[in-house]
Amino acid sequence: MSEEKKVILRVKDLKQHFPIDKGGIFKKNIGYIRAVDGISFDVREGETLGIVGESGCGKSTTIRSIAQLYKPTAGEVYFNDVNLCTADEATLLKERRNIQMIFQDPYASLDPRMTVFSIISEALTIYNKRNLLDHKWTKEEIEERVDELMEKVGINKAFKNRYPHEFSGGQRQRIGIARALALSPKIILADEPVSALDVSIQAQILNLINQLRDEYGITFIFIAHDLAVIQHISNRVVVMYLGKIMEISASEDLYHNPKHPYTQALLSAAPIPNPKLERERQRIILTGDVPSPDQERFGCYFYERCSKKCAFCKDHIPPMFKVGEDHEVACWMYDEVDHGFKAN
Amino acid sequence: MNDFLNDKVLLEVKELQTYFKTDAGILKAVDGVSFVVHEGETIGLVGESGSGKSVTNLSIMRLIPSPPGKIVGGKVIFEGNDILSLSEKELREIRGDKISMIFQDPMTSLNPFLRISTQMIETIRLHQHKSKAEARAKAIKMLAEVGIPSPEKRIDCYPHQFSGGMRQRVMIAMALSCNAQLLIADEPTTALDVTIQAQILELIQKINKKYKTAVILITHDLGVVAGMCDNVCVMYAGKIVEQAPTDELFETPLHPYTKGLIASVPRMDEADKSKKLFSIEGQPPNVIDLPPCCPFHPRCKEKMDVCLRCYPPLKQISATHTCACWRQAEQSEIDAVMNKKLEGAN
Repeated sequence: MSEEKKVILRVKDLKQHFPIDKGGIFKKNIGYIRAVDGISFDVREGETLGIVGESGCGKSTTIRSIAQLYKPTAGEVYFNDVNLCTADEATLLKERRNIQMIFQDPYASLDPRMTVFSIISEALTIYNKRNLLDHKWTKEEIEERVDELMEKVGINKAFKNRYPHEFSGGQRQRIGIARALALSPKIILADEPVSALDVSIQAQILNLINQLRDEYGITFIFIAHDLAVIQHISNRVVVMYLGKIMEISASEDLYHNPKHPYTQALLSAAPIPNPKLERERQRIILTGDVPSPDQERFGCYFYERCSKKCAFCKDHIPPMFKVGEDHEVACWMYDEVDHGFKAN
Repeated sequence: MNDFLNDKVLLEVKELQTYFKTDAGILKAVDGVSFVVHEGETIGLVGESGSGKSVTNLSIMRLIPSPPGKIVGGKVIFEGNDILSLSEKELREIRGDKISMIFQDPMTSLNPFLRISTQMIETIRLHQHKSKAEARAKAIKMLAEVGIPSPEKRIDCYPHQFSGGMRQRVMIAMALSCNAQLLIADEPTTALDVTIQAQILELIQKINKKYKTAVILITHDLGVVAGMCDNVCVMYAGKIVEQAPTDELFETPLHPYTKGLIASVPRMDEADKSKKLFSIEGQPPNVIDLPPCCPFHPRCKEKMDVCLRCYPPLKQISATHTCACWRQAEQSEIDAVMNKKLEGAN
């Protein structure tokens, strides 16, 4: 559908490993947590890309690596043809203005000792000082911009000298969104922005995000563990498990026609607020927990919990197979050659 | 649907009121909550944070920290006895034995310093005359029941050696080790992933069927309620605003808050992305010094003049469906309130 659309961000073989150290003074490396273990995807201009998965599957690590909050172990992140992983400080500063983040916890992500005005204007002031904006902004211009942003996200601009503790969770999340918008970014990375909110407030924030996307054409990468939220907000969805991508697809296709056994299980496990449907539904219950990501794997990452596995999966990592327009899946079942699934 | 209507009543909560004293004034966390739990029934309590769901259930167990909290009124009748008037000693016989609780965060509700075996054996021996060996055997049996692999070995592990879902299973095993008749589950799956949530919910359902344990399920997730509960109570600002059998509540919600709550959840079954999500504007009210009006009126799309004057009466819509909204009241009642207030003003 969107072949013509420009790719704004390209992630290639991204790996993020965290060392596990043991011992006090003479630290010894005893292994790595493979939080993100080789993932590739494109983000197209103006779309909302959703990332779902269980906790510990590397969703947050992925977008933190994109924002260069961690230096990735390996791989490349291209933003407008600039490789952020190898870029120097100056380029990074220039490009980062276009990549902003919204965080999960509205209580921890705002500095309690800063006023709302200084929180929202902080980035503007910094870029202004370093002459990285189109022109030197005056104090009045910055103030005007903050007023405009506050109005946009639905917070009374009279509150700009208040402190974060005076606001409720939903309002704080709005302040966080205003802060992310301050530099008019091209892409916003939203790390579970609605998970900590109540249902009625969650709907307000989701509507706000949708409205901002339509108005400014901002691209979003949106993380959530709630599948219904992801379906509501995204055009395309990435399903992650244990640091690997299991399935990428246009959102409609994924929800109506999930291919990967993990996606199928995930969708069937999510409760639906409809008592009749809920009672009749056949659930695929996955047994066991997500295994620890501290070992190197040579087979399918989902092997231990998969209900359709066969011997071949154990020691062959599946590549992404194309199963439809805009639909790719990492499962050997969809290879042209049969690997012994029919025997099952 | 309502097979429970004629069954034995296990627990009856009548006009329960729990207040907290704060510097800003009296916080009416729970203000006149009444509901009934029948044997073997699963009842759901839904509402946003701060609506008084958890406080209601802590009050049933008399676990409200006092001060600042205090149960100022109402009755909690369990098997004919009012829990609120029992002595500490009598209460201890009910707590953990006949009524058990599982909490939201399985990380903090187990003692990290003690082995699972120590914690489970303690619970069992406190309520049943069993030797250590017998209690241990019982604990192992319960762990096997909730699906912990190789329970004979795992029982000697410490809580940190279990994952979140496993810890919640241990909590359930512990809660059921004394054959509780009522299980209070306070957001048991909120801290867990969807796939693990499905496992735990299935387990609770299985136990509910097998042992005829009644369950009070507190949650904010309407999807969980839809799949699990027979009856649902919707709470707002310390009061139950609507109560109905699950199917009826989802099909014909009457209170504007319930309607809004159901409409504001993104749905996987009937997704229409072009549509804007319905959202209840504004914030939940502060329950300190709430004026005598419907607490939902500032956010309500169907409000009338009378809503600002007086709290709506609880209307019996059918045998099992109640709703506290002026839209369901008779015109004569509304007039009575309006006239009375006007006279008072003059």
